[in-house]
Amino acid sequence: MRILEQLKRSLAVAKKDLLIYFLKGPTIIFGLLLPSFLFVAFAIGRELSTTFLLPGLLGMTLFFTTSAVGPVIAPWETRMRTLERLVSTPIALWGIILGDIIASFTFGLFVTGVVLLVGVIVLGTHIMTVSLLTGTVLAAFCFSSLGLLLSSPPTNDPSRIMMLSTLVKFPMFLISGIFIPLAEMNTARVVSYMSPLTYYVDLSRFSVQKTNYFDPTVNLAALFGFTVFLCVAAMILHKRSLTERF
Amino acid sequence: MSMIEVSNLTKIFNSLRAVDTINFDVQRGEILGLLGPNGAGKTTTIRMLTGILKPDEGTAIIGGYNIQKNPLEAKQLMGIVPEMANAYIDLSPLQNLLLMGELYGIPKNVRKEKADQLLTLFGMHKRQHDKVKTLSKGLHQRVIVAMALMNDSQVLFLDEPTAGLDVESTRLIRSIIKKSKDSGAAVLLTTHNIQEADQLCDRIAIMNYGKIVAIERPERLKRTIKSSTSVEVAFSEAVEKNQLQFKDVNKIETRGDRLRLYTDKPEDVIPLLVEYSNATQNKVLSLNTLGPDLEDVFVRLTGGNP
Repeated sequence: MRILEQLKRSLAVAKKDLLIYFLKGPTIIFGLLLPSFLFVAFAIGRELSTTFLLPGLLGMTLFFTTSAVGPVIAPWETRMRTLERLVSTPIALWGIILGDIIASFTFGLFVTGVVLLVGVIVLGTHIMTVSLLTGTVLAAFCFSSLGLLLSSPPTNDPSRIMMLSTLVKFPMFLISGIFIPLAEMNTARVVSYMSPLTYYVDLSRFSVQKTNYFDPTVNLAALFGFTVFLCVAAMILHKRSLTERF
Repeated sequence: MSMIEVSNLTKIFNSLRAVDTINFDVQRGEILGLLGPNGAGKTTTIRMLTGILKPDEGTAIIGGYNIQKNPLEAKQLMGIVPEMANAYIDLSPLQNLLLMGELYGIPKNVRKEKADQLLTLFGMHKRQHDKVKTLSKGLHQRVIVAMALMNDSQVLFLDEPTAGLDVESTRLIRSIIKKSKDSGAAVLLTTHNIQEADQLCDRIAIMNYGKIVAIERPERLKRTIKSSTSVEVAFSEAVEKNQLQFKDVNKIETRGDRLRLYTDKPEDVIPLLVEYSNATQNKVLSLNTLGPDLEDVFVRLTGGNP
């Protein structure tokens, strides 16, 4: 069946996800409240400039919002027994996964767009560089794919996936240069290379603070590589675990 | 023309052959009922035919497409009511139907029109914008069946579509299944309700331990059991079973306010019943001679309860 037709069906899945999962508890808690509290805890009572805070805030917002919806969908739909119905319709599994990624992507991009808009109002339009915009879109897709990858174990219990998700996402968040810029890190910097969030935060610092550790093209290439890897891995692992869900 | 062709289909879970080398076909405009006790392999069969599970052996051809090799083309022809499946409870009936329309690639104006038709047909027009989670079980199931009909399916897989429903919803769904058959759809129906299978199905396949033990038209299946004729009688006053234990009566069962007397000689038992009625001044309210029913056939072939 033609790719374009399948892509249209992926959009139908994304629309359904956005209608249903935006207001689910785990999405609100892990996508909005948690990063907000973390940011306030980090920033309050410290003499930190807006230009230092904004790249971290952008990274944190994009990372948590895009990866909040994805882990909820598969276990929730397994539990509610809607997944079997979805899988029996003429949409390929990759189309379903892509639809879920698009929903997470849209949710994350919308919330991050609000943060970026506030940043532009406070700091000026010069922060809106092509590399930041391109990086934001790539990173949104990348983190959404990560969320979907985390939901691949065949369970019908969303809390188990949220636990796994927290276990993976928090270390990534802590080592990605949000609190300590890459240049000031010691040997832990090597570990930070394994997190896609590192490259997005570095790209944001380049656009907002005009300081960077990697060249922007390296950041964009790394984000692209992680996106492809995570997206393909999510599709392969979901395909493997699908029959165990029924 | 065969719309469903199943050849040597087999599914093995660990060492258990849940479905064991089954063969059957369903023609256009035919309803095939799949009956069997719990664990007989009915749902596993439907899951293989709808592309949810991969068979270990054998093939399933749906409308000319192999479900393993051309799953999307085959699924495009199908409408499915999976067992225990759900509609999206956080969406309305209308949103659920439109979602199905989009997933089947139906153009926007056509899917809106089709959804309207189905909402009217299923008596849900007034509740079309309410979330499914606020609907009763009967209305909820109507949404699930309506979702299966969004694409004017040529092949319908219905796994227990009327289980646990009230009379009104059951009758509505049965009449819609008949309409689908009349319009040329091939229907594969699994049910625990033997009367439903008897009324709806052109042929019935009985499954047990993963195998098809019989596949035949309902009346021919009934004729395979010869020793189950009975006389069913209702008296104006209650009667103890042992009072009717006449010669030639093999067994007596209570069926509500009636008694069913199993016998090979109903012509001899009926005069005895009339004689008993006259002697005790207990009037006969109804008296019927019955042949074997599908339930007898089912119990005989599966050795258990439906």
